[in-house]
Amino acid sequence: MISAPDVVAFTREEELEDDLYREPPLPEEYSVPLFPFAGQGANPWAKVAGSKFTRDFILISEFSEQVGPQPLLTIPDDAKVSGTFDLNYFSLRIMSVDYQASFVGHPPGSAYPKLNFVEDSKVVLGDSKEGAFAYVHHLTLYDLEARGFVRPFCMAYISADEHKIMQQFQELSTEFSKASECLKTGNRKAFANELEKKLKDLDYTRTVLHNETEQQKKANDKGYYTTQAIEKANELASVEKSIIEHQDLLRQIRSYPYRKLKDSEFHPYEPECALDRADLGSDQDPAASDPAEPGETPLYAHVPSYTPKLIKAKSAKCFDKKLKTLEELCDVYFFTQTLDQLHHIERTFRGDVCYLLTEQISRALLKQQSVTNFLFEDVSFLDEKPPEKQYRGCQGLGQDAIDEKCSEESLAPKVVISLGSYKSSVECVPIKMEQEMEDSEEPKMSESVMSEHQENLDYLDADIKGSISSGESIEVLGTEKSGSGLTKSESQASLPVMPSPQAGRSKVGSRRTVSEDSIEVLSTCPSESLIPEDFKASYPSAINEEPYVDDDEGGLRFTPRANPGVDDGQDDVSKQESLVQVDAACCIGKESPNFLEPLPELGQKPCEEDGVVRIPPQPYRPAEQGLRGGFPSHDGLSGGLLPYELDSRYLSGSREVSKSSLDECSDSTSYISSAASTCSDRTPSPAHLGSAAGERHRKRAGQNALRFIRQYPFAHPAIYSLLSGRTLVVLGEDEAMVKKLVTALSIFVPNCGAYAKPVKHWVTSALHLVDFQKWKLIGLQRAVSPAGVNVLHALSRYSRYLSVLDADSKTLRCPLYKGTVVARLADHRTQIKRGSTYYMHVQSILTQLCSKAFLFTFCHHLHLPISEREPEESVVSRRMNFLKLQLGLANEDIKIVQYLAELLKLHYIQEPGQGGNPLLRFDYVPSFLYKI
Amino acid sequence: MLRWLIGGGREPQGLAEKSSVQTIGEEQIQNPYTELLVLKGHQDIVRFLVQIDDCRFASAGDDGIIFLWNAQTGEKLYELHGHTHKITAIAPFSSSDVTEEKTDLIITASADRTVIVWDCASGRQVQKVSCFHSTVKCLTVLQRLNVWLSGGSDLCVWNRKLDLLCKTSHLTDAGISALVELPKNCVAAAVGKELIIFRLSASNNGSEEWNILEVKRLVDHQDNISSLVSVNDLTFVTGSHIGELIVWDALDWTKQASECNFWDSSVHPDVQPEIKLSQSPHETSVQHLTSDDECVFAAVGKGIYVYNLQMKRVIACQRTAHDSSVLHIEKLPNRQLISCSEDGSVRIWELRERQQLPAEPVPTGFFNMWGFGRANKQANQAAKKMHENTPVYFLELVGDLIGHSSAVQMFLYFGELGLATCSADHLIILWKDGERESSLRSLTLFKKLAQNGDLQLRL
Repeated sequence: MISAPDVVAFTREEELEDDLYREPPLPEEYSVPLFPFAGQGANPWAKVAGSKFTRDFILISEFSEQVGPQPLLTIPDDAKVSGTFDLNYFSLRIMSVDYQASFVGHPPGSAYPKLNFVEDSKVVLGDSKEGAFAYVHHLTLYDLEARGFVRPFCMAYISADEHKIMQQFQELSTEFSKASECLKTGNRKAFANELEKKLKDLDYTRTVLHNETEQQKKANDKGYYTTQAIEKANELASVEKSIIEHQDLLRQIRSYPYRKLKDSEFHPYEPECALDRADLGSDQDPAASDPAEPGETPLYAHVPSYTPKLIKAKSAKCFDKKLKTLEELCDVYFFTQTLDQLHHIERTFRGDVCYLLTEQISRALLKQQSVTNFLFEDVSFLDEKPPEKQYRGCQGLGQDAIDEKCSEESLAPKVVISLGSYKSSVECVPIKMEQEMEDSEEPKMSESVMSEHQENLDYLDADIKGSISSGESIEVLGTEKSGSGLTKSESQASLPVMPSPQAGRSKVGSRRTVSEDSIEVLSTCPSESLIPEDFKASYPSAINEEPYVDDDEGGLRFTPRANPGVDDGQDDVSKQESLVQVDAACCIGKESPNFLEPLPELGQKPCEEDGVVRIPPQPYRPAEQGLRGGFPSHDGLSGGLLPYELDSRYLSGSREVSKSSLDECSDSTSYISSAASTCSDRTPSPAHLGSAAGERHRKRAGQNALRFIRQYPFAHPAIYSLLSGRTLVVLGEDEAMVKKLVTALSIFVPNCGAYAKPVKHWVTSALHLVDFQKWKLIGLQRAVSPAGVNVLHALSRYSRYLSVLDADSKTLRCPLYKGTVVARLADHRTQIKRGSTYYMHVQSILTQLCSKAFLFTFCHHLHLPISEREPEESVVSRRMNFLKLQLGLANEDIKIVQYLAELLKLHYIQEPGQGGNPLLRFDYVPSFLYKI
Repeated sequence: MLRWLIGGGREPQGLAEKSSVQTIGEEQIQNPYTELLVLKGHQDIVRFLVQIDDCRFASAGDDGIIFLWNAQTGEKLYELHGHTHKITAIAPFSSSDVTEEKTDLIITASADRTVIVWDCASGRQVQKVSCFHSTVKCLTVLQRLNVWLSGGSDLCVWNRKLDLLCKTSHLTDAGISALVELPKNCVAAAVGKELIIFRLSASNNGSEEWNILEVKRLVDHQDNISSLVSVNDLTFVTGSHIGELIVWDALDWTKQASECNFWDSSVHPDVQPEIKLSQSPHETSVQHLTSDDECVFAAVGKGIYVYNLQMKRVIACQRTAHDSSVLHIEKLPNRQLISCSEDGSVRIWELRERQQLPAEPVPTGFFNMWGFGRANKQANQAAKKMHENTPVYFLELVGDLIGHSSAVQMFLYFGELGLATCSADHLIILWKDGERESSLRSLTLFKKLAQNGDLQLRL
């Protein structure tokens, strides 16, 4: 992890902080009065107002047609978490912002009820009264018994930290979309099953009715129909109609995957989805897991042992029946999968937003260091679903749609911000855009990225202020959704060619609508550009006065519909909704490699590695279009680094915003400063998408390492041994003690490959040469038995390959170290007190070393003669000069870098297929015995 | 016959106490081997290493499996299965036929009384012979005649196609322990204490009829002959279990020089008693002999002796070069000598020459250097007179390689590719020059960079 130590204020130590490092208490007279609100574990940035829940949680709510909005479950499922927070109230709030009408029924001009394959909507809302902010993900599930066949649900990530929601919007959106997709897949399956049963019932009913009618006909030869007979005939007719309707529904639900497939731009999302789901549930039926899989249909087909029931002509009253639970709606398996995914989300986003962002930045930067990152980093977590994954999708998409984009580009001039991004919502809800406002903003926005931030922040600020002053307890901070799959595609198709009369509106929609959950689009648009937009839009005045978006607005057609199902909840909120379109140029700029070229504006603030805030990408400028032709080659050049490049840029830029946001807003309200605080959570932050165990390990290792360097005056040569690839054996009788030391020292051990660290915590048998190849740090048992003698004998025999740290007698036998690097790495007078802080400190110095090793390894002329006649000696002297003068290495530090360089070489030249023979490098250098 | 007087003397100057082994510190500037690769594969003692070509070698041992290795990368090329018992002899046999493509074969003999010929290129068994009455203990290829010989209880001559050309009568139950090619189509076979000279003759009519005749039996050795080596076309040397070394004329098979028990300390009264006690017959056994044009290098017991053929005397020695028996020694081109031993170590020695200054101030030091005992004044004086102006040689330990955990059976020197050692711990270790490997890796790295197109030279 590449982390600057200055962010460590946000790392949280475990409760079991070692007492050893507690400073002795200050005399009373020197002590500063504590922060008044300081309670257990409180931090001074904590929000004063405080929220009623102790930590972030996920809430699943339903808008029940019987009882209205109701909370279904929370994750974590712990009453303590939500505390006194009123879940019912909040459910009402979050459900009420689902403006999206998932209309099912008889649309005008359609004979049969039509299922809308509704896209999810994503909304950010805040409730300042409750001190709660939420990312709300609405989805609808099908239920045959429900009104309009739909049941609206929502999943909300609730946090006290608004900035966390805002800054993690994309990530939240991605993760929740996965969960949602999982639910919906299960739901489609269940719905199809239900339909089939229903069809069988109907079929059976029809047969029964038919027979009865026939009997009546036979029994009745009077020549006229009795009322009974007429009734039966009507009933029969209605049953038949119902059959046709249900068949149609079944056809629709089954054709869903195909429909998705037909969409040419559809695939970027789906495979990923399938993939993710595959990680999520290993044994999941692949066909069932992938909605795009045509083979899925057979699954829906047969439910063999079902006995049809007779269906009464009059269905039960709405309130008589018991609605299906979520679990029933989605098939138990998928429900469990979803819960797992939600738990994963909860774990992932636990902790402070700064921490999460730092983590993301680290990961992004780390991914860039494809050559060196294996050395000291745990690269295994990089293989997990990284945030960059979103870009993969968008890149693939970008490749496909590049021409389209180009044309679109030229049509949509340089605009940073445009409204009406939320096309799907556009389809459902009338949106008013405030033209004047937009116009006035645009020039400013397009000036530079920087100014754009400022602007955005202004909006943000203004918005917040506005919302506070308005006294409204709910603000819709941001919405993001895409339109229904059906109507969307038409509008999309027209998009690229549609000339945009208003510079401000651009046509991201074309891509946005591609994916069901708009993942790609989201990812292409940095959330920062989204969110301030949304703020702007949610500015109270921006809502009502805005005129409808014209039809010539690039095919953003509205189909204003009222959703009968959610009317009551929606009315009050619909005013507040604002749907803002993200500028297409943003996406394009982001995807475009041109963006990689340092733009003048960006050059002014070169990547600040400690950046936290996002930068909206530079708008695509027509002037750059000439470069576009060079895209493929450019792409080839930058290779696989492109996404990371982008990502890091975008991450690093983001610091600007938050900094300036603090600056600008500090005087405005107390609210913002508290919102920007680090308070949201009182729970320790796990690594972002990393395992909590790994995080704990780091802390423990850092703590132990800190203790080691303080306790042992010969820590330097010991660490030098590890860094230079000489196996260090920790010898001791007490297993716990040895293991502790090994854990402490393990953070200094360079990795030999992309595997686990070459560390063996505990060995009881004699060591062999092979062990030194494999392990670079070994904990060894000292035993008095004859076997123990052998162990010691082996140690002395192989002493030239080993440094031996005797934990019992506190001695170290190893080569001399006179360099300077380790001194910086392990200063026993360091002021660092926390394990994780120290771990970061170590990582940052090791990263410096890695970069030196990288330079050294990849400088051609340092290793190979410039001309053929050049003697080997001059190459050697050039090499040593480089190490000493250019890299500023002294004495043994050279050996460290040389060893790291060797590892880099081996790693680079190693063929992927073969493991490569582990080799042992060693020096013939004398060892010395160090004592305390 | 020259009696060497130095056997019971003290070690040359610079050594530690005479009873202990010379050690070298951890600082070994001249030791080039700073990188090692462990080659795993064998499941039992690895006894033989044989070079196939510049970068390949084969290993064989008690598990009956033969492995082919790449000496540069340590890559396992082939695993040859065919023998059911341990391997007793192995010999490379590359075809000298100009018309044919060069094929590298290896011949292996095993305790299962079979001999198998393998093709090194394909890793396949070419042919197998299993008509032996006893285990074949040695194999020799006579490249000149394009035949090979197998020595067990009798001596058989085979051609390339594995046709038995001729064989001797049953010689001994113990079997032939060593074979060496001599000029004029002769071979010397060590059978127990005897050395038997055979002559190989193709019949006159040019047909494929071969004959092998016993020409002479040499019975000069008092004990079993343990090693037999050809020095040049004119000389070969034998060594026996009780420490006799005899230099023979290769043409008329007469004894040119010999020394019996020359390392037996009992001859020399000055030797310390504890050494006497430790002098078991085993410790005087001539385990291995090797030679260059000037000298014969003998691994005798724990020590190494350098016998100069011209001067007909031991010019340098290390009486306790290792902690236990030296199993194999080899002379490198650069005046270095490598020895390996049952103690699991490999040591690199350098034969250094120092012009003795007449004004050497301390006579004892001088004598020590010579390896003469201090007490044997007369002998010392005589020696001093004799060799006053000749260069003084001594074996300097320049490095040791510690890696194996059990006896190092044999090693193979690959020049700059490094050194392969095999051991009773089932491992083979490739010792390499770390500097060279590092620069080779850099070369590979930049090649790969160029291949991948990552290397953009911007001018």
